[in-house]
Amino acid sequence: MASPEKRRVNRRQFLISAGATCAMAQLSLPSLIRNTQAAEMLPEAEIYPYPALYYDKQPNKRIKCTLCPRGCQVDDQERGYCGVRENRGGEYFTLVYGRPCTMHVDPVEKKPLFHFLPGTDIFSLATVGCNVNCKFCQNWQISQIRPEQEKSYDAPPEKIIELTQENGVKAIAHTYTEPVVFYEYVKAIGLAAHKEKIKNVLISNGYIQEKPLLELLPHLDAVKIDLKAFTEKFYQELVVAELKPVLETLKRLIKAGMWTEIVYLVIPTQNDNEVELKEMSRWIFGELGPDVPLHFTRFHPEYMLKTLPPTPVPTLDRAREIAQQAGLHFVYIGNVPGNAAEHTFCPSCGKVVIRRQGFQVIFENFNQGKCRSCGYRIPGIWA
Amino acid sequence: MDRRQFFRTTAVAAGALALSRDLEAITPVLPRVSMVKDPGVISNGKVNAALIGAHLDRLLALQHDVVDPLEVFRQRFSPKDRVGIKVNCLSGRRMSTHVELVDALVQRLIKVGVPPQNILIWDRLNTDLRQAGFKLQPLEKPVACAGCDTLGYEKELTLHRSIGSLLALAVTRYCTALINVPVLKDHGIVGVTLGMKNFFGAIHNPNKYHLDHGDPYVADLYSHPDIGSKVRLTIVDALEAQCEGGPPFQPNWCQDLGGLLTSDDPVACDRIGWAKIEELRQKKGLPSLKEAEREPTYIHTAALLGLGSDDIKTIEVREA
Ligand code: SF4
Repeated sequence: MASPEKRRVNRRQFLISAGATCAMAQLSLPSLIRNTQAAEMLPEAEIYPYPALYYDKQPNKRIKCTLCPRGCQVDDQERGYCGVRENRGGEYFTLVYGRPCTMHVDPVEKKPLFHFLPGTDIFSLATVGCNVNCKFCQNWQISQIRPEQEKSYDAPPEKIIELTQENGVKAIAHTYTEPVVFYEYVKAIGLAAHKEKIKNVLISNGYIQEKPLLELLPHLDAVKIDLKAFTEKFYQELVVAELKPVLETLKRLIKAGMWTEIVYLVIPTQNDNEVELKEMSRWIFGELGPDVPLHFTRFHPEYMLKTLPPTPVPTLDRAREIAQQAGLHFVYIGNVPGNAAEHTFCPSCGKVVIRRQGFQVIFENFNQGKCRSCGYRIPGIWA
Repeated sequence: MDRRQFFRTTAVAAGALALSRDLEAITPVLPRVSMVKDPGVISNGKVNAALIGAHLDRLLALQHDVVDPLEVFRQRFSPKDRVGIKVNCLSGRRMSTHVELVDALVQRLIKVGVPPQNILIWDRLNTDLRQAGFKLQPLEKPVACAGCDTLGYEKELTLHRSIGSLLALAVTRYCTALINVPVLKDHGIVGVTLGMKNFFGAIHNPNKYHLDHGDPYVADLYSHPDIGSKVRLTIVDALEAQCEGGPPFQPNWCQDLGGLLTSDDPVACDRIGWAKIEELRQKKGLPSLKEAEREPTYIHTAALLGLGSDDIKTIEVREA
C-alpha cells in the first residue's frame, strides 16, 4: 500500500494531467480572467449591498472607512478607492459579500504556500476589487473593476463550504484580487469553515488596519503577504500605497503566531537592487525571524508595466543568495519551472526534505514535520 | 444591426469626421465664459420647462454674439454626427443635470438636422440616469439614453498620462461629438465637480482617481483625444447650485440659482464655476476651498497641460 506521502503525489499527478481546467469544470465555473466587454455585461448589473464593518460616520452623511490604511473618506452615493464599498445615505456597505466573480480548485503551491498542507488542493475564490493599484497586476481585469462590471455568483458562505466539501478539499483561500476589500465575506467564510474543520487562508497585500486584522485572525489559519518592495518610493509610485502599514501587518501576524509566508515579485530595475534586497532580508530576519518562508518570484510584463522584461533568472538567484546570507532558512524561487530553489531544504543538514516540480510535490526526506535525516523540525502547518 | 456592428460602423465614421472637424477649426477658442441667471426658471428644484429653452438661447447668444442661437449648433454639429450628451446624475432628482435642460439641447440638435437616432444621453450607470428622471432608451431608439454599464467599455486598457482605464464605448465608438452638461457643485474630495471632472463617468475605475484631490487625473483624462477633443459644447447646469457637502444632494447647502454657464475653454469654464462656488460659500460663511483643504488644483494642472486658461484676470466673463 502506498504511503500517505506517495498518495498525495499520485493525486497531484492526476491533477496535472487532467489540468486545472478540469477542476474548474467540475464546478461549471468560468475561466479566471475574462475581458470586460459590452457583449458580456449584464443589461443592468445587479448590486447587492451588505452592511460593511469598520467605518466612522462624519457630517453631511460622509463616512470614513477604517478597514485599510487608505482611510477613504466617502460621500453619500460614492465608493471608496477599492470600488466595492459604497456609502448609501451615510451608512457603509460592501457590494461583494457572497458575490465571488471567480472560484477554482488550485494546488496550494500556486498561492504560493509551501509550508501549508503541501501537495493538497485549496478552494480559491475572489470577488472583484482591490485597495491598491499595482502597475504590474496580473489580475487587473478583476481586481481593478467594480462589481457591476463583472458577472458574479450568488455564493453565501454556506455555499462555499458546500463546494469545498464537494471537491474533497480541506482549505479555502481568499486570493487573486485583494481579500481585505471583501473582509466581511472572508470572516463569515472563516467562521463557517472552522465549524466544519476546513482551514481558511488569506492571500493578501497586507494593507489592512490593526483592529480589523486582529479581529480576523481567529478565523484564519495561514496568511501569505505580497511584500511588493522595500521602499516607500516603489509603494507610492507603483502600488499607490505605503510600505509601512504592510510591515506592521507582517509584525502583527508573527506576533499573533499566524503561519505566514512572504512573496516578493522581483521586477527588473524597480525593486531588484541589492541594497534593497539586503535591507529587506535583514528586516525579515530581525523582525519576523529566520523561519518565515520568502518566495522570490519572477515578473512577467503585465497591465501598465508591459515594457519591462521578465526577471532574469540570475537576478532571482542573487536575491535568494542575499536572503540566505541574511540568515533566512526558507528562500524559494517561483515562476521558474524546474528551478531547484523550489524545494524545501533542511536548514540543519541541507538535505532536500520536500521536492517540488511545478505543482508536483514529493516528500523526500520528510516525516511528520521533521527532516527524516537529522530530525530538524521544519516549521509550517503540515496536517 | 446588432450593437457590436453598430459600434463598429460608428467608429469608422467617427474617425473620418473627427479629422474633417479638426481641419475646419470651427470656432476659435476664447478664454470667455458666459453666465445667464433667471431665478424664475427654477423653483424648489423644479424647472420651468417653458422657459428653459429661451434661457439656453440667451446664454448662447451672449457667449457667441449670434442673433440666432441655433447657429451655434449648426456650426458645431452636422447631420452625420453622433452626439453624446454627457450628463451628471449621481445625485438623484436634485443636484443632477436637469432633464428639461437636456430636452432643450436635444430639440436644438434635431432642429439643425442631427437625426434623433444619432443622439445619446449617457452617464455612468442606468440607475443614476433613472433616478435623475431620465427615461432609459436603447441605442436603436431615437434619442437613446443609457448608462455605461449597458453600453460597455473597451476591452483594452488605455494608458494616457496618469490614467490607466477602460474607456467607455460611448466616447470611443459611439460619439463623434460630445455635449458636456455637468452641474455646478462642491465636491468633498476634489473641491468642485464641473466640466472636466464630469468625464470620470467615462472610465471604468473613477474610484482610483480621487487621490490628491483628483490632481492630475481630472486634467489628464480630459486631455485624452476621445474626450476633450470631442467636446463641442459645454453647458454647466447651475439651475441649482451646491456649495458644500457635494457631490450628493444636501438640501441645506443647495439653492436655486437659475443659472447656466458656457465656454469653449474647459479650463476657464471650470475656473469661473469654481469662483461662483467660492462666492456662494462666502455668503454662507463657509471657509474657502483652500482653507477647507480641497482646493481644486487640477484646474491649474489642466491649464499647464494647455487645455485652456485658468488666469481669472484674463478670462472674459459675460453675465446677464
Ligand atoms: S477598504 Fe476600500 S474603502 Fe476602505 S479605506 Fe481601503 S480602499 Fe478605502
